[in-house]
Amino acid sequence: MLAYTLKRLLLSIPTLFVISLLSFVLIQLPPGDFLSTYAATLASMGEQVSGDTLVLLREAYGLDQPMYIQYLKWIGGIVLRGDFGLSLEWRQPVASLIWERMGLTIALTLSTLVFTWLLAIPIGIYSATNQYSLLDYVFTTIGFIGLGVPGFMLALVVMWVSFSYFGADVGGLFSDGYKNAPWSFGRVLDLLSHLWIPMAILGMEGSAGLIRTMRANVLDELHKPYVTAARARGLDETVLTYEYPVQVALNPFISTLGWALPGLVNGGTIISVTLSLPTAGPLLLRALQSQDMYLAGAFILLLGSLTIFGTLMSDLLLAWIDPRIRLDE
Amino acid sequence: MMTSTDAVRVGTTSAPRAMDTPVALDVNDLRTHFTMPGGTVRAVDGVSYRLHRGRTLGIVGESGCGKSVTAQSILGIVPRPGKVVSGSMMLTRGDGSTLELAGLDPKGKVIRSVRGNEIAYIFQEPMSALSPIHTIGHQITEVIRLHTGANRDQARERAETVMRQVGLPRPDEVLGRYPHQLSGGMRQRAVIGIALACNPSILIADEPTTALDVTTEAVILDLVRSLQDTTGMAIQFITHNLGVIAEIADEVVVMYMGRQVERASVTDLFLRPQHPYTQALLRSMPRLGKRAQARLEAIEGMVPDPFSVPVGCAFHTRCRHYVPVRCDQPEYVEVAPGHWVRCSRAGEVA
Repeated sequence: MLAYTLKRLLLSIPTLFVISLLSFVLIQLPPGDFLSTYAATLASMGEQVSGDTLVLLREAYGLDQPMYIQYLKWIGGIVLRGDFGLSLEWRQPVASLIWERMGLTIALTLSTLVFTWLLAIPIGIYSATNQYSLLDYVFTTIGFIGLGVPGFMLALVVMWVSFSYFGADVGGLFSDGYKNAPWSFGRVLDLLSHLWIPMAILGMEGSAGLIRTMRANVLDELHKPYVTAARARGLDETVLTYEYPVQVALNPFISTLGWALPGLVNGGTIISVTLSLPTAGPLLLRALQSQDMYLAGAFILLLGSLTIFGTLMSDLLLAWIDPRIRLDE
Repeated sequence: MMTSTDAVRVGTTSAPRAMDTPVALDVNDLRTHFTMPGGTVRAVDGVSYRLHRGRTLGIVGESGCGKSVTAQSILGIVPRPGKVVSGSMMLTRGDGSTLELAGLDPKGKVIRSVRGNEIAYIFQEPMSALSPIHTIGHQITEVIRLHTGANRDQARERAETVMRQVGLPRPDEVLGRYPHQLSGGMRQRAVIGIALACNPSILIADEPTTALDVTTEAVILDLVRSLQDTTGMAIQFITHNLGVIAEIADEVVVMYMGRQVERASVTDLFLRPQHPYTQALLRSMPRLGKRAQARLEAIEGMVPDPFSVPVGCAFHTRCRHYVPVRCDQPEYVEVAPGHWVRCSRAGEVA
């Protein structure tokens, strides 16, 4: 198991390298660069930037150099000094911009994941063990509605209802007083009181699908001969359900952990924009639009790392839960 | 499927024994039906037999004749929508008292204390009958602790004893393994070990050797027989393989379409079969000494649709001795001591 873990950790290094290279190249692919986009924006507002200024700026930011030099400088800074470069648009180091956003994103993502699983797994098990019962039909109906209704739509409805009936603004993750305040106990409480709404909206979307998956997985397992055999040995129905089929049925859940993490970050972008959440999604979107290459690159690299980390975690968890997967034995 | 190695060897393992020991389970007129949108399938329709201590009853018949459902009915594990609709299954317990198994709540405490404890069940496919994600040790100690209240160490000790009993000489190693890490023969030994863990008085073996190769099959049959000699348990052995029946059974019940068509000692059944179906089954079996060119006889016709069992004698559509009217209501009669047949023309046909 230890050897397996080490091997997987080592393998993630070249994977990360390829991801960093690809993300850098992808950002450079659209024609032009940040400065030409910037000049165009200024021009549309009636201001002219002279060609000489642009050349000077280009030199100052190193944008005139070939792509591989730019890449080496960028990745060198990250690896050697933890320096993600300068955000061209915000005129700030990228690191100072992304860490709080990434932190909030991860907090939202993980709490949504936990919320989704806490909701989906028990309901899925209940639906499977009480197949075709009244509650099964109710959950199935809600599940299909949840699958069909897009998250941003749900977010709009929640915002409208809470604003017009309760007079409350549910947007954002902080109250006005705490928006730009330094971290304190009060700020954490304020975050928690705001976090549950996006969590519930994001969670609704995810649970609907997971309930269906869990129900189908447990149903598959419940009628397998080993369950009947265990029943014939005198085990009671609760043990029969939880000790055997549910454990096996959880496998697919764990294997989706790898892409559940970045999926929630990406999937959350539209909802984040709708609810004006200070998470990574909207900032990444903005950075891509303005060709703010270092900021966008940093985000994509972090999302890639998150995927690799999630996949690694799910592989290790799977090997731990299911003995058939431990390949090295 | 039968191969030439399945040739009948009546009594070569050990001579069939008379069913003269105390009764362990008395099944009387058992009926288990499956009510479905397309109609009712009478999977078991009036089956009666007795299991005796230290003796083996073979139940034989084609797939779908109801032999497995009969066994599942005893433990209350008939898959939905199957239900025991009438009949009695009287279990004689260790202290001499009796327990009626029919009508018990299939999820209740009473039947659960019988399952795996007094009546153990071995399934056909050892791989799928074991949990893939638990060690053999976990699965056997779980049963021991459940029924005997033993602690972890005692259960472990008992598990090791049982594993040695079923011929797994290094129990420590096997108990720590997962099912997929064992060979087919070892798995079936482990399954038998789990079944014997609580010293059951009755063992139901549902085609336990069908998934094994012929050599392993012979070894496992010998093992089951010798375990019976030491523990004195009654065995109900279900199979479609007459070769296996000849080797292991003392008494045989032949089933067709959920009904019992013949019941006799193993010697009587093989030497003096009375029912045309039994006779046809025996003729369809390869034997040593038969001319190699001779074609095996197949039973004519097809197994009827379970939703519409032929009226009267269920076998009449495939029977070469069928006489209309006379064969309409076959009675189950004792044609010789201990030899019962459901055929209107019993004694005339051979």
